[in-house]
Amino acid sequence: MINFFLGHYGYWFAILLMCLGLYGAIMKKNLIKKLIGMTIFQTAIIIFFVASSSKWGATVPIFDEKIGVANTAKYINPLPHTLMLTAIVVGVATMGVALALVITTYLRYKTLDESVLLKRMKKDNDN
Amino acid sequence: MIIRNSAALIPLILLFTAVSIPIVALKKKQIAFFMVMIATSLSVIISFYNIFRVLKVGTIHYHFGGWIPPIGIEYVLDPLSSFICLVINVIALLVLIHSKKIIEMESNIKSVPYYALVLLMLTGFNGIVLTGDFFNLYVFLEICSLAMYGLISVGGKQAPVAAFRYLIMGAIGGSFYLLGVGFLYIKTGSLNMADVRSIIPHLYDEPTVIVAISLMVIGFGIKMAVFPLHGWLPDAYTYAPTTSSALIAPTGTKIGAYAMLRTLFFVFGVNYVSKTLHITDILAWLSAIGIIYGSIMAIAQKGMKRMLAYSSVSQIGYIGLGIGLCNPLGLIGAVLHVMNHAIMKACLFLVAGNYRVKLGHSNIFKLNDNIRKKMPWTTAAFTVAALSMIGIPPTLGFFSKWYLALGTIKNSSWIFLAVLLISSLLNAVYFFRVLEKVYLKPMSSNDLEEPNMSKNSKADEVSSSALIPVLILSVALIILGLLNTIIVKGIIEKMIPAGM
Repeated sequence: MINFFLGHYGYWFAILLMCLGLYGAIMKKNLIKKLIGMTIFQTAIIIFFVASSSKWGATVPIFDEKIGVANTAKYINPLPHTLMLTAIVVGVATMGVALALVITTYLRYKTLDESVLLKRMKKDNDN
Repeated sequence: MIIRNSAALIPLILLFTAVSIPIVALKKKQIAFFMVMIATSLSVIISFYNIFRVLKVGTIHYHFGGWIPPIGIEYVLDPLSSFICLVINVIALLVLIHSKKIIEMESNIKSVPYYALVLLMLTGFNGIVLTGDFFNLYVFLEICSLAMYGLISVGGKQAPVAAFRYLIMGAIGGSFYLLGVGFLYIKTGSLNMADVRSIIPHLYDEPTVIVAISLMVIGFGIKMAVFPLHGWLPDAYTYAPTTSSALIAPTGTKIGAYAMLRTLFFVFGVNYVSKTLHITDILAWLSAIGIIYGSIMAIAQKGMKRMLAYSSVSQIGYIGLGIGLCNPLGLIGAVLHVMNHAIMKACLFLVAGNYRVKLGHSNIFKLNDNIRKKMPWTTAAFTVAALSMIGIPPTLGFFSKWYLALGTIKNSSWIFLAVLLISSLLNAVYFFRVLEKVYLKPMSSNDLEEPNMSKNSKADEVSSSALIPVLILSVALIILGLLNTIIVKGIIEKMIPAGM
């Protein structure tokens, strides 16, 4: 049992981060906090991917004469890491768009608190 | 050579034009519109070419850079993907023709970046539909979502808030999907859909695979706005500018539906998702709740765009229900409804836009029978689309509901049949509410007012660039409705996956 937890500590950490991020993105009222929650969520998934392909006692996936081609278990699978490079770029782009939206929102409504924001939006609708 | 590469051409043309628009149209803003026209017309032509080629020679695989899958990325053109691709591009072309005058009137839209974003979004849509690779799908999903956030946020004063809430939901949805892909990759070691399809039957009992499916379905469900995950949709569609909502509403959610259909039936297998995991049952029940909920909420709205947004929630339910029924008739109904709803919603949102241009609002309670005289053609187009939405023959809306109803009868799921019928009645309620305002004179108005009325009610239609797309869409609803057997027999029946 203890091995089940300690042996997969990377995954447990990722799951913990994921829950934290999801909680922040859904439950927090402040838009910036929501955004932070979303970013934590995305980062958790990056950690999950990286943890899934990490290996003790293996080396970078570049041909090494000492190891040879046949012994593929000695190389780390590079694919999840490369995928995560793309995911990081996507995350940065999302963050950029989100911050731009937050700034526009603040300039128009002078608040970032969602409950106040919704009240002011409703007032606009009624006019 | 170009013809041999036709599968990859559409996203490439759109992406290239999207990137070059800000540079080419730097000095002269009018060029942007013509570049968009050329790019979308080309993609419509290529989509037509693709669909005929697929029907002739069967599924086409295009390997990017000559790398053979599962190592390389491939594009797959089969009847389903080429059909959805065609629908997206035709709708986009018509909406963009309509946008010519509209964009100039919207004060806070800069046309050059706006058109660049539109093309980026279309790149994403076409990429999602054509790709045969799970991670490639994620990248395109995020490209089109990012473009969509931008397109929504340039609307009215509340638009950035709506776009932000959509962004949080959309990013979480995308992340859920990515997590699902991660689980799948851990088990299968492949990202290629066809390759995963051949590996997955050996792993049907693995909990990891079940978790992967669940996460992917949640992700697509958010993008598709299935009932409990639809929270972002009404605000986003309401506050977006006319062109954005007319572009996003018909196709944006269908992309999620397509991705769901592709993953569930073509990758994981029909029997597995329906008989073993019962995911399709859950989807069907949620969709059924969504259908009723969306229709009832639509009746309660006073703005036309908000009404149409809630009606989108309900229409997505039809597609989800068709997928969830998990039999050939339901699938035919779902795919036909993708096309049908795309045409109807584009038409209705464009009509709402035309009303906003001429009247300055699209509030249902402020409409009166003057509009019928002022804008006869726009109102006629609205009527046809509304009739199709309700499902009155010979419009296309009748036939997709007909196939869905046949599907429910085949499964003997009478509750779903009742849901379909009740929701048609509810559709009638919220569309006739508008038609009544537009076509019938209120009882109180007597003959004395007549001279006054006729004075300010001479024909004042919107410009032809805004009118022709609306008319084409509404005529298409009737013509395609009459031709529905050709479409169903010729294309849609070829889409039915093995084992259904």
